[in-house]
Amino acid sequence: MSQLALVIDLNVCVGCSACVTSCKEWNTSGPAGFMSDDNPYGKDPTGTFFNRVQTYEVGCFPNTETIHFPKSCLHCEDAPCVPVCPTGASYKREEDGIVLVDYDKCIGCKYCSWACPYGAREFDEHQKVMKKCTLCVDRIYDQSLPESERKPACVLSCPTSARLFGDVEDPESEVSVAIREEGGYQLMPEWGTKPSNHYLPRRKTRLHIHEDELVRADNPLKKEERQPSAPVDEPTLDDSTSW
Amino acid sequence: MHPAFSVIFLTTLIGVGQGLFLALFTGQSYAAAKFLPAQNGTDFFALGSLIALLFLMAGLVSSIFHLGHPERAWRAATKWRTSWLSREVIALPMVMFFVFVYGVMHYMSWDVVIFVTSTGVEFNLSLLVGALGSAAVFILFLCTAMIYAAIKFLQEWSSPLTIVNYILLGAASGFTLATAFSIYTAPDLVDFFGAWAIIITVMAFISRVASLIRNARIKYKSSIQTAIGVRHNNIAQKAQGAMGGSYNTREYFHGKTAVFLKSIKWVFMLLVFPLPIILLFAGMEHSNGKVLLFAFMIQYLGLLAERWFFFAQANHPQNIYYQTV
Repeated sequence: MSQLALVIDLNVCVGCSACVTSCKEWNTSGPAGFMSDDNPYGKDPTGTFFNRVQTYEVGCFPNTETIHFPKSCLHCEDAPCVPVCPTGASYKREEDGIVLVDYDKCIGCKYCSWACPYGAREFDEHQKVMKKCTLCVDRIYDQSLPESERKPACVLSCPTSARLFGDVEDPESEVSVAIREEGGYQLMPEWGTKPSNHYLPRRKTRLHIHEDELVRADNPLKKEERQPSAPVDEPTLDDSTSW
Repeated sequence: MHPAFSVIFLTTLIGVGQGLFLALFTGQSYAAAKFLPAQNGTDFFALGSLIALLFLMAGLVSSIFHLGHPERAWRAATKWRTSWLSREVIALPMVMFFVFVYGVMHYMSWDVVIFVTSTGVEFNLSLLVGALGSAAVFILFLCTAMIYAAIKFLQEWSSPLTIVNYILLGAASGFTLATAFSIYTAPDLVDFFGAWAIIITVMAFISRVASLIRNARIKYKSSIQTAIGVRHNNIAQKAQGAMGGSYNTREYFHGKTAVFLKSIKWVFMLLVFPLPIILLFAGMEHSNGKVLLFAFMIQYLGLLAERWFFFAQANHPQNIYYQTV
């Protein structure tokens, strides 16, 4: 058993949307057909995306911080969108846990999108089928690509390496170690969907300086000044050596 | 959720068809037990079954408009083991089949007495078909309602009251139609159907109000904190990943004001319950078919509003990710 997934580091994501564009570029050019893109340069651009970056502001001014939050299908271990599908078009692969839609079987009833609490699925208005992140399934197993490129497009494009890709069932994988050691968490755990994708929280690096370190507690003079030195009447090292 | 008119018409139209069939079968059962005078098979049962069938078919046709690929709709019958929608796809033709057979049996007078009890009550084959059809009707009500009640994170829907409401509202509209129908075809049964229509409408009122009260007191399990995993009471969304809207901003929001939503609630509370009851009383009192038909039309109009409100009121947790819609 393996479960491929993404781990997204919110501490590193800068919200550049490179993952969004590279995802759309790869998947709109693939064998599964185009992804809708209406009015891309018009007033109300809209279309189908597998991945979107949202931005949140946390806190009250002036103590605020900006969180860029990439959002795509979480490939839940207990995916609620799969059993509701009346045709079996929506399925979870046994071998790697990727949740996929068979575009040739989908009748476009949209019920799976209702059954996803994350809103990860998007209906394609032109092809009239439900679409979602495939973890670039047409890329990660492609033997014609060099092994370093057999990763989802979003992972490869991320300039800050905020996106990790791997098998979360393997305890020694990069993603499992990151989840375990960097405090990886799941979204909306209250619904028991067990999302495979995890997020790494914001982590603050703070310099802790104790008061003792500013004022030398062991100073015998109880006063911060130069240590008295012996009177200099003999030649010092400085007098005899040119460094 | 964004109310889709295809689904609103589907659920209300098949509700009327199912309710009307239940009314016909109830009439025949009471007649078999000699509580009511027997009715003419062709005029009453066959024509009634035809009307029920037409409503069911109209519902089926409107459901097609909901699908992106209706030509593949046959595939929807395959996953009945896990999907309530798939079960509905099987149950609806099953009900239509029984209604058709029931109507044909009465129209052609193909009927035999299966057995007679010691008190002299005759059980006909058509009664058996009607009983099987009624069972199918309840299965269909259950499937339709469970499509919504089974989504646990749509907390407004995820309740046994959803199932009770679907059954009672469908039955109420069907019995109201049966009352109007019987004044033209079986005047002896008008008071019988009218009384049941009023009783079921009152029961539906109680359960619908119960679900409104329940939904007004819902505590949502998901919050922006659990949605993005940041523990802070003050989180504001600044960008939602789409400039001109997306499927997520269109499908899950009704797009109307809170005042509009509230006014639709009062509209359906008036049109579905008190007005039809008053009209049913008036129609029965004066034996006026037009008034009874009007009662049905008012109630059906109210049910359209009720179903619109049912969808619009449901608050999908994904909306947390789209707060600036």
